[in-house]
Parts: sequence; C-alpha cells; structure tokens
Amino acid sequence: MSAVPADPAISGRSLRRGADAARATAGRWPLAVAALVALPLVLVLGALAQGAFGGDAEVVSHLFRHVVPGVVVDTLVLVAGVALVAGLLGTGLAWLVSTYDFPLRGFYAWALLLPLAAPAYVLAFVAIAALDYAGPVQGWLRTVVGPELRLPPIRSTGGVILVMGLALYPYVYLLARGAFATQGRRALEVAQSLGLSPRQAFLRVQLPLARPWIAGGIALVAMETLADFGTVAVFNYDTFTTAIYRAWSGLYSLEAALQLAGLLVVLVAGALVVEQRARAAQRHTALGGPAADRRRLRGWRAALATAAPATVLTVALVLPLIALVSWSARHAARDLDADYFDAAWRSLLLGLMAAALVCALALALAYAVRARPGAATRALARLATLGYALPGAVLAVGVFVPVATLNNAFEAVGARLGADWPFYLQGTFVVLLMAYAARFLAVGHAPVEANLGRVTRALDDSARLLGASGLSLVARVHLPLLRAGLLTAAALVFVDVMKEMPITLMTRPFGWDTLAVRVFELTSEGEWTRAALPALAIVLAGLVPVALILRRVDRAA
Amino acid sequence: MNSLKFLLCFGAALLLAACGRGGDAPTQTPAGTDPAAAPAAAAGEVVVYTARKYQLVEELFEQYTKDTGVRIRAVTDDAGPLIQKLKAEGANTPADVLITVDAGDLWFAAQEGLLAPVQSATLAANVPENLRDPENRWYGLAVRARTIAYGTQGTTAEQFASQVKGYADLADPKWKGKLCLRSSKHVYNRSLVAALIARYGEPKTEEIVKGWVANLATDPFSSDTLLLEAIAAGQCGVGIVNHYYLGRMIAEKGTQPIAIRWPDQDGAGVHVNISGAGLTAHAKNRDAALKLLEWLSTPEVQAKFAGANQEYPANPQAQPSDIVKGFGEYRADPISVAKVGSMQPDAAKLMDRVGWK
Repeated sequence: MSAVPADPAISGRSLRRGADAARATAGRWPLAVAALVALPLVLVLGALAQGAFGGDAEVVSHLFRHVVPGVVVDTLVLVAGVALVAGLLGTGLAWLVSTYDFPLRGFYAWALLLPLAAPAYVLAFVAIAALDYAGPVQGWLRTVVGPELRLPPIRSTGGVILVMGLALYPYVYLLARGAFATQGRRALEVAQSLGLSPRQAFLRVQLPLARPWIAGGIALVAMETLADFGTVAVFNYDTFTTAIYRAWSGLYSLEAALQLAGLLVVLVAGALVVEQRARAAQRHTALGGPAADRRRLRGWRAALATAAPATVLTVALVLPLIALVSWSARHAARDLDADYFDAAWRSLLLGLMAAALVCALALALAYAVRARPGAATRALARLATLGYALPGAVLAVGVFVPVATLNNAFEAVGARLGADWPFYLQGTFVVLLMAYAARFLAVGHAPVEANLGRVTRALDDSARLLGASGLSLVARVHLPLLRAGLLTAAALVFVDVMKEMPITLMTRPFGWDTLAVRVFELTSEGEWTRAALPALAIVLAGLVPVALILRRVDRAA
Repeated sequence: MNSLKFLLCFGAALLLAACGRGGDAPTQTPAGTDPAAAPAAAAGEVVVYTARKYQLVEELFEQYTKDTGVRIRAVTDDAGPLIQKLKAEGANTPADVLITVDAGDLWFAAQEGLLAPVQSATLAANVPENLRDPENRWYGLAVRARTIAYGTQGTTAEQFASQVKGYADLADPKWKGKLCLRSSKHVYNRSLVAALIARYGEPKTEEIVKGWVANLATDPFSSDTLLLEAIAAGQCGVGIVNHYYLGRMIAEKGTQPIAIRWPDQDGAGVHVNISGAGLTAHAKNRDAALKLLEWLSTPEVQAKFAGANQEYPANPQAQPSDIVKGFGEYRADPISVAKVGSMQPDAAKLMDRVGWK
C-alpha cells in the first residue's frame, strides 16, 4: 500500500539520487506492470463511474438532506475512535514487547497478532449476545445486584469503537513492531547519552522514527473501518457504507449508491495524499545497526507488563473463542456434517489462492515503483491499492458488471459466427480472484513494499559485481531478503479472504459456499448461536497460518 | 526460502486446478446423460438465486431432486446483489428462479424486467390473489405477519389488548421508554411503513412513526431475535417483530414470557409480507423451473416450506406449525403485497426523515 513508507533507515537524498539513476535505466516496463496490476481496480472504478450516471436526482437530494450529514459525522467519529484505539493498542504493545523484557514476552510478541484471525463481525455479535441487557453477563449481575442495575450499553458508539479497535489493532501492531525492531540500538544509545529516560526516549526518538509505519498501519485500519459493513450492521451504527447500502437496497437506486461510493473513494484518496505530503515533509536520517538490548523489567513493573498483553488477548480472542465454542457445542450435532467440512476446505483453498495471487501482484507493483519511482508509477500504485477502502458489495458490483458485459459480448460474437464458444469467465475463479486482488492488494502491498525498501541499491551493485543480475539477482539476493514481507503479506491476505463476505457472495462460482457464506446465511436470519460453528472454524483456520508464518518471520527478523 | 517457494508453488497449483474446476460452468449440459431428448437435456437442472437462506430451503430442494431427478443449483445472497447480478448477466443469466423474502424485492425485480409472466393454473389455484403479482410475474410461497409482541410479566392479555389496538397506539406517549424496534434498514420495517402509508397516507404515517421513535427504550436492534430476547429480559415492554422469530424462539427454548397482540383487528388488519418466487425473464430451464414453483405451491410441500421457518403457508389448504397455530387466528391486511412493495422507497425516505436509525 502506498501509505506505507520505505525504510527510514535510508536517507531521503540517497533515495532520490538512486531514483534518478533508476529511471534513466528502467525504461517503460515498470509503468506497464503497474498499470496492469492496477487494471482490475481501474475497471471497477470505471464501471462504478458509469453506473453512477443518471439515476434519480430526487433520491440523491433526499440522501444529501437527511442521511449524508448524519453519517459523515458518525463515520468520522467511528474512524477517529477506531484509529485511536487500534493505534494506542498496536503502538503501545509493540513498544512494550520490543523495548522491555518480561515473563512471556516471547510468546506475546507473536501471540498479539492472533486476533487478526477473528473477524470483527464475529467479535461484534459475540460482544452483543454476551454483554447486552438481555445477555448472560448483565442477567447474572441483575440477579446479584438487583433488577434496577443499568450498565452502559454495549450497543453504542463506544461499544462499536472498542470492538473494531480490538479486532483491528494487530495491523498497527504488526507494522509498528517491525519499525521498533529495525530502529537498531544506535537511536536509543544516542537518546540515552543525551540523558533521556526510557519514556522520553520513546516519545522523542522511537515514536517519531516509527511514525511512517504506525501511520501506514492506521491507514489500513481506517480503510477497513470505512469499508466495513458486517460489524456496523450488527451494531446498527450508521456510516457512509451503510448509507450506500441504504440507497441501494432501501431506495432501489444503485446509481445513487455508486455516486456515494465515488464520493467515498475521492475522500479516501484525498486523505491518503494529504497524509503522504505531511510525511514527506519530514526527513528521516539513516540509523540502524544491531537491535537494541531489551531492558529487563522486575517486580510490579514486570507483573504489569505481563498482565497488559494478557488482558488484550483475553478480551480480543480468548473470551470470544470460549463463547463460540460453547454455542457451537449446542448445534454441532446437527451442523457438523460433510457440508461443513466442504465449506471449510473451500475457504482454505480460496484463501491460499488469493494469498498467492496478491503476493505476486504486490511484488510486481513494488518492483515497478522501485525501478521507476516517478509520480506516474506512484499514482498507479495508489490507485491499485484503493480498493481496500471500497465497501465490498460495491466493489463486487464493480467487478461483476464489466465481466458480465465482456462475457455477453463474447457470446454474442460467438453466436453471430455460429460458434458455441465455451467462454465462461463469469462465475469462475478468475472473477472471484480478480475481485479479491482488487480489494486486498493494499494489505499485501504494505509489508512487501516496506520490506523491499530495505533492499538497498548498494546491495544490488555488490550482487552485480559478483555476477548476479536480472532475474537471478531477484531470485538469489532479493527473494531471501523479502521472505518476511511476503510471508506476512500472504498471512494477512489469507485471513482477510477467509473473513470476506460480500465479494464471495456475489462472485463465487456455483456451489462454492464458504464458511463466511454460512455465517452470513445464519446471522442474517438472526441465528447467532448457530453461526458460531462456522465462525469458530474461520478463527481457528486463520490462527494456524498466522501463528506459523508470523513465528517464522519473527525468528528470521 | 523453501517455505516461500512451497507456498507460491502450492498456491499456483491450486489456482490452476481450481480454474479448471471453475470452468465447469452452470449452463453446461451434461452431454450424453439423456440420449432420448437431446434438447431437453438441460431440463435435468434448475438454477435458483435465493435470498431465502439456504438452511430454509435445503431440505426441500434435496427432496425434490430425490423425487424427480431434477438437480437444483442454488446461490444465496441478499436480494439486492442477486437482482444486480441478474441485471448484469442479462440474457446469459444461468438463473431460472429468483426467490426473495420480501414483496418489495420481487416488485423491483419485476419492474426491472427481470421476471417473466407465467400462466399456470396450479399456481393460480394455490396462491391467493393478494399474495401474487397482478401480472403473474411472481408468487408468494410463505406468509409472515409483522405483529406486536409484548412482555407478559406485569400485564394480562386483556389489559394489554385494551391499551393497544393497533400499530398507531404504540406512538402514544404512555409507551415512552418501553417500545423496542429493529433497525429501519431492514426490509421488514420498510414494508410495514409502506403498508401504513397505503393505509393512512404519508403525513399521518409520519406522525405515527415519529411517535414510535420518541418512545424507544433503547437503540434499534439489528435483528428481531435480539429484540425478542430484550422483551423476555424486561428491557422492552413491547416491540414489533415478524411472528416466526417468536415461533423459532419457542421451538428452540420452550415457552417465553412474550405474547402476540394481533394489531388492527377492528381496522385494516395485520401487515403481512411474503417470501415468494418468480421465473427469470431469460430462464434456460423454463419448464423445469415452472414445475418446481408449482411443486412448491402444493399443500404438502407448502406445510414444510413454511414450517421450516414457522411461517404461514401461502396456500390456504396447508396448515402452519402447532406453535404458530397457538398464536391464534388473525385478520390480515388484504392489501396487495405488490402495492406495498412499490411504496417501499417512500417508506425508506419517511424513516430517514424521522430519524429512525
């Protein structure tokens, strides 16, 4: 994702000089590659823009009068709140595990990523079923304290912010931890030699140095929040995305919905540009070197440091898992059949295929930008990764319409020539994967790009001197260095695809009902507890790759 | 490095394998399975786009396949995306049948020219006139009543009945802090408000709905099930729900401290909606699809179709479940569900104006 910076360990000036040299030798292929990678999203945006023309002016004016003002405020509150919660949790925990040593630190370092596997909408329905007035917790408290007990409602702005913050903080944590880990000891040594306390060193040295990564993580969180429909629907919290759905399904005006979606895309793109500008104004100087030694905590500090991540993990993962398991037990006898395992298998397959595809595209895009780091490639990269902020169902329409049009045109030509062309693009994996790629490229691109930034041009030159160039340079020198970034990207995309609903629903091939489709079918009929069984499988299936891959990345780092 | 290579290769292999399988597209006919009738080979299959969720139709579809040998391929999604899909696919759509859970969606699909009129004596005999499209493009298959439900603790049926006669009474300030509603984004509430507009006109309906919103005990719920649980727990005194959610709750957990008050029995009647189906305009397996629809409208199948979800069968010859029978008889609003469907956009705007979230 373009919001994520190159390694701050490389100074701006050397980067620029390298860029000029690179542009001189690279030719036009990087532009072509970047354009190709951005193509799915360009098609999507084109279809959306075309669909947005016409429509009922009265519907649009109604929306702008009665709906949009409210949802703009609510959306900003939600995005700001979730960014704050996820930012504080992610940054704070990342700093804790990379600066200090305390019991269980090594376990926490990777376990804190595991909540990535739990979809926010699952966390939402568990939280509401358990903590709302009618839920078991308040019910029990009323028997203890008395029937007049009133707690702050979970179905509230605060509730939805907390739930989404807990579900999404791992994005910030992942990137921030990478930043703290690579800052090296010299930055801290300088800080200490200037007499700064650890807290001052954090605020005045480490945090500013890590800011590009943290901002990148928060940008992912903000985009995911903007595009979310499942979680806010469970909370009945109105956002720009719910307004888009309202125009579509309530007012039967897809045109108005697409106009709102277009506005959303423009706003997001604008915000990303502003953010990038603000960051470009800062110059980061080269530091690095070996990682700093972690300070050992003792006594109550150690206890506190051990308890904090445990609390987050308990609330974000352990308690929801316990609730899911207990509900699943109620329905397992009926629902745990061959269909269920088939759905799980399909979810896994789709996740793996999408992960492989997105990694390949992210790699191509990152290399294109590296080889020709001009305004054009950067703009294409930003365009290609914009899909993450689009509501899934809108993006699904945007993918489906051009594909169906192409399909129909092709068959029409075939029919005219009297041939029965077996051209079934529609309803195949190609469409589904293209939609996934358009949606999740941002998630895969962020770690790959950040990682590629660490492969310096000096390294390339040395490798060339030793006889490695072209593809052999990439295979023998770059890929091993990019392993951590690629594996991280694969894990992120995999779990995101496992959780994804609207695109899977609209573009899946016949019979390809996944776990997320099951969860959708059950929750939309209000059968929350029955949805626990497929939801549990999504979490567990996501936990395995996240745990395995990220532990491996950790050991490599 | 090895693990990375493995991952990429594995992914690529899967991609290839799966694309191969994906090419096994829906409209392909199983060549040579039926040598007697080559053009009718496709009659062995019906493709259904359904917004009625799969767990509610799965068993019946399997039974149909067992009885007739006709294979049913179903795709579930919400009505909005399914209709959009039909539109984009145009003449090449693989879908033969569209099933929705609301008359408004069927009305919209018909409006967009996506459904074809059907002449069927069986359907005409089995589905009452007010539960189908005047132009025969779709037919109701199950009926759901959007009714008033109240907590029985601290009130008797007589007491409540004297206080609340219809939907409009819930706007009375004496219900302040006691009324619970589901989200206005849900189609069931949109249909209800559309029915009220048809009854009372927009200004009076807006008054009523404004009164409801002013009486809310808590923010609107995202589902009728949560709302009913809140009534059972005492958070809400009264709410508006589809009857079958209470039926399901009783079937799953036994008797509840919740009762149903059928609204407007002296007036326009209870607002009912349908889950229904129509043939797509470009159905490839038209005859087989029509046979499926006719089969779904027969009394024995109707009892199961509605019974799976504690609904009322559309066919008056079929009986609802015992739990639902226990809710008692009621008089339904005789207005055509097609008319209510067509007024949904007005209802959505009205709900936006009064600030029903």
